[in-house]
Amino acid sequence: MDMIWDGIKQAFLLLIHGDPQVLQIAWLSLLISGSATLISLSIGIPLGAVLGLTRFPGRRFVVSLVNTGMGLPPVVVGLIVSMFLWRNGPLGILHIMYTPYAMVIAQFIIALPIVVGFTMAATQSLDPKLRLQITSLGASRVQLGWILLKEARLPLLAAIMAGFGAIISEVGASMMVGGNIFGQTRVLTTDIVGENSKGEFAYAIALSVILMVLVYAVNFILTMVQQRSKVR
Amino acid sequence: MNQPQTDTAPLMEAKDLIVAYSGQKVLDLPSIQVFQNEVLGIIGPNGSGKTTLLLCLTRLIKPQTGIVSYHGTSILDGKAVLQLHRQIAVVFQESLLLNNSVWDNVVIGLKLRKVKPKEIKARAEKWLERFGIAALVKRQARTLSSGEAKRTSLARAFALQPEVLFLDEPFTALDGPTRQELLEDFKSVLGETRITTVIVTHDRNEALALTDRVGVIIGGNIVQLGTPAEVFSSPANEEIANFIEAGNIVHGVVETQSEGLALVRVGERQIEVCSELPAGSRVILLIPYDDVTINLPPTDTITTSARNRFPGKVVKLFRTGSQVRVTINCGFHLTALITRKSAEEMGLREGMEVVAMVKAVSIHVLARH
Repeated sequence: MDMIWDGIKQAFLLLIHGDPQVLQIAWLSLLISGSATLISLSIGIPLGAVLGLTRFPGRRFVVSLVNTGMGLPPVVVGLIVSMFLWRNGPLGILHIMYTPYAMVIAQFIIALPIVVGFTMAATQSLDPKLRLQITSLGASRVQLGWILLKEARLPLLAAIMAGFGAIISEVGASMMVGGNIFGQTRVLTTDIVGENSKGEFAYAIALSVILMVLVYAVNFILTMVQQRSKVR
Repeated sequence: MNQPQTDTAPLMEAKDLIVAYSGQKVLDLPSIQVFQNEVLGIIGPNGSGKTTLLLCLTRLIKPQTGIVSYHGTSILDGKAVLQLHRQIAVVFQESLLLNNSVWDNVVIGLKLRKVKPKEIKARAEKWLERFGIAALVKRQARTLSSGEAKRTSLARAFALQPEVLFLDEPFTALDGPTRQELLEDFKSVLGETRITTVIVTHDRNEALALTDRVGVIIGGNIVQLGTPAEVFSSPANEEIANFIEAGNIVHGVVETQSEGLALVRVGERQIEVCSELPAGSRVILLIPYDDVTINLPPTDTITTSARNRFPGKVVKLFRTGSQVRVTINCGFHLTALITRKSAEEMGLREGMEVVAMVKAVSIHVLARH
């Protein structure tokens, strides 16, 4: 019990004093997971909209793939990305193994099906007659898709929260493709694993608290946006 | 009402439309035309294909077979469909507003059609004002009452200044007073703008109040097309008559026939009608409610052109606005539509002895197969 209490105290101290090492690790976590989220949104939202709004042969197969992908184990993603980026792997020539780029790629792959799945659900929840109405107002297909996505903006925020939440807290893939290299690829989750294995429980707890505050802060902002526009 | 130019080329025309869902035909229509400046009503019972027809004409769905042409040009590809959409407006039963302000909702179509910002502002303001919702521009659409939302969707449609306005049961979802008020407003706007309009409705009064021509659609096909007066007073068959509630429907058999005047037996009674059908023919008589008059006995002293006199008892009085529907049991049930004032002056009440009179010429006779 003392250990936990010490950890929380230490976390406060680290935060208050603005420990440069901790800040750098937290910032890198935010940067890597933030980039991966943005990339997965820019590809996942259009993809999810197409799956949610159109019918084509093989759609059900793709949808079940996406649904499976939403529960993709990060270690499996880490393994596959490692194999591709390994020195003599197909993409070894890029020399990005054990760099933040590799971590962004792995996290992007984890977040993508989540964003696609949430977007699909959000667009499917719209009144089908709304599409007829917007089309009749003179919208082209692209304009229709854009208007419908704006209409589904509130449930779409859930896609951002779920995608970001999944990868900022993910450790398996980041460890495998990043390597927890201090000053380069060490992020909050990989550092927690490292400190834990060294027996530095208090420091690990401090990092955990920071991680949770970070996740909470991002979700809080998004929730505020979502709920404010709902109530008004 | 406008004078439709039915002698000129139609503005819009559809031929051989077939729409089927999982093998079941919901629309099978050889031909329909929409003329410049007319208000065309499409009426029919639920599931008769009214809405499907509207979706085909607006090319919001593509019929399995058949062609829709506009200004004489067939609409074949996606580009032509988009062009069509940018010249028409559609108002559905649901208001279907976006989760934005009233203003954003009214201007969205204009923006999609790339109308100049100055023009957008002028038109939006004009129609918000005309539909009495100018004060609501900043309100979020989801906070509107159903009447306000419907006004917004109508303003959105009229601001487009469409060449053809399509409406699918636009007032059905509204409650009584809201609906009546909006119907009046809508009617006067339609009179002012003289926009070519196609309105789908199952409400006989809406059709009577608004349209120049009415098409009755049953089982996916238009079975009768004519002026509201024609359709409502002389429906082409029993199914149509039943649906539009044109009047009393009485079954009988022609007993005697002499020079176009037939005597039809209905139970214990005989009814004189104008018909060439030979004796023994089974017939359906349609007696419009408003052609039945009610008199207080004794009626022997009255000289009247009405060939049919049926003494009976009032069994039911039903008030609808300024009118009263009086149902009399005179061997069969006969309903008359009279003004509330007449009913009051005559002191009509249930159980009272009266005499119903009908002219032979007002009775529509259909042969029963």
